[in-house]
Amino acid sequence: MKQVDYQSVMARRNDTMLTALGLDYSPFLENPIAFDYEGLMGMVEYDIDTIRRIQADSGVGNTALIELKQITELGRLLAPAGKGARIFVKDEAANPSGSYKARRASLSLHHAQKSGFRGAVAATSGNYGAAVASQAAMRNLDCVVVQEVFDSLGIGQPEILEKGRACEIYGAEVLQLSVGPELFYQFLRVLEETGYFNASLYTPYAIAGVEPLGVEIVEQMTAATGRAPDVVMCTHAGGGNLTGTARGLIKAGTTETQVVAASVDLTGLHMASDRDFNRKHFTTGHTGFGIPFAGWPDRTDVPRNAARALRYMDRYMLLKQGEVFYMTEILARLEGLERGPAGNVALAGALALAQEMDENQTIVVQETEYAGAGKQPSAQLSFARSNGIDIRRGDSEEEVPGESVVIPDHPSRLRVRDVDLDRVRKSLIRKAASLAPEGRVTREEDILFLAEETRTDTDFVSQVLESDAGAP
Amino acid sequence: MQSHCGQWVQIRTTILPPDARAEAIPAETREVPLEMRIKGWQVSPETATTGDTVEVRSTLGRHYRGQLEAINPPYGHDFGAAIPELLEAGEQARAILSQGKEAT
Repeated sequence: MKQVDYQSVMARRNDTMLTALGLDYSPFLENPIAFDYEGLMGMVEYDIDTIRRIQADSGVGNTALIELKQITELGRLLAPAGKGARIFVKDEAANPSGSYKARRASLSLHHAQKSGFRGAVAATSGNYGAAVASQAAMRNLDCVVVQEVFDSLGIGQPEILEKGRACEIYGAEVLQLSVGPELFYQFLRVLEETGYFNASLYTPYAIAGVEPLGVEIVEQMTAATGRAPDVVMCTHAGGGNLTGTARGLIKAGTTETQVVAASVDLTGLHMASDRDFNRKHFTTGHTGFGIPFAGWPDRTDVPRNAARALRYMDRYMLLKQGEVFYMTEILARLEGLERGPAGNVALAGALALAQEMDENQTIVVQETEYAGAGKQPSAQLSFARSNGIDIRRGDSEEEVPGESVVIPDHPSRLRVRDVDLDRVRKSLIRKAASLAPEGRVTREEDILFLAEETRTDTDFVSQVLESDAGAP
Repeated sequence: MQSHCGQWVQIRTTILPPDARAEAIPAETREVPLEMRIKGWQVSPETATTGDTVEVRSTLGRHYRGQLEAINPPYGHDFGAAIPELLEAGEQARAILSQGKEAT
């Protein structure tokens, strides 16, 4: 009988994960740094048209593209003359489980079913749980979702409670945990006990499943405006949303479209803190995931993460919590669309960015998510207020995560705040260098790989490596 | 509160006590156990009160043991109350648009 204590289960983690994936990662683990990323994605044996057919079969994709005419107008009123790009949104809330995550789940569960798994397990506190549960339900597969839900007092914030309820309604067994990264241990135990598929967010299937979103954007924008968009804005956390969408844009033949990431700035709040847990008013799309995952993708439940956002990111913007709540209100008031918070991070970014762009340019915000009890700003902010968070109108710059939420006192408060991507790139290169067996990166292959990983060139990578080598 | 066999109940178990928690987590998290809550159909004992150890069968037919916490607990999350700061912001945005349209 297998030992199931923490150390024993964690020691078996690699075997457990691999058995539960039905994929052979060994060719991609031969070197600590470089691996064939396109080869990894190539494990998905379907072309993009086949993926679209598989997804259409499960009711996923082909969501509406909606032009946000009044928000565009608002941007133009705030912008200098001649500025103010047209803003569009992909209404991903129309997917079966209410978010674009259905795209990631559908291809994964198609693969799981084809490989003979009788069920799937997902470790997620977000919309992905409902997506896996929904896709499992329509395939008559079992689904277990392991969620981080409560603090040590048993209190969960409304948005997370809603995500748990949604999993239950689709028939999943939902394991609701208190705060802590050791959730992974419980996840591994369920994989061992059930022999079910590891429906990780980060397999090649989960990422390839998003690619049709990028293709649809190009097709629909070409129909609506005659060409591909100038900018696609993605709410960014683990990187799969941006990676899959950007790859889809490329597959649709666009090379000029800029891919811009947007995250809620939660600087100062610790992701594994029992105290900070309920002081984060966004449960995803924030810097607690966005920055570490951009700077080092291989921190997940698969040996090699197929979501590698830094490869595709042209810019990375930060928004304040109050700005995203504001934008959620504006989307309802000005466009008649009540939608959940996730996509509205990118939408808030789009309003700011549009003002830098010409009137004849376009931005696509590539997702919305469903709204409902627990998801609304009214639910999240009522909860925050009852926990002593100071909610007021004013200058969004004054917001302090965990202490205040400042609703902008004017739309002109929303502005572009760029993350210094070179810093993130350097951090990735340094982390990679620390994995080199000889203590430094010498192989040509690794330098080339790091240039691709960071969307730079070999000179940039070499300079970072040399400056570190010369440091005391 | 007394629960009976066959009722949909919520139980709570400790996965890791504080002294078994991972080292690389904040101190305030290490001070408390890692707990799990799960809902299922009560299998045994015949009757139980809060805090008693009970066995449940999950919706997938898997069995768990833990301390009884509640009988069919309500989800509890709701829409909250309207946020006046956001209502004001919405009115203001409409006003800005209307004034802008009048000016052009």
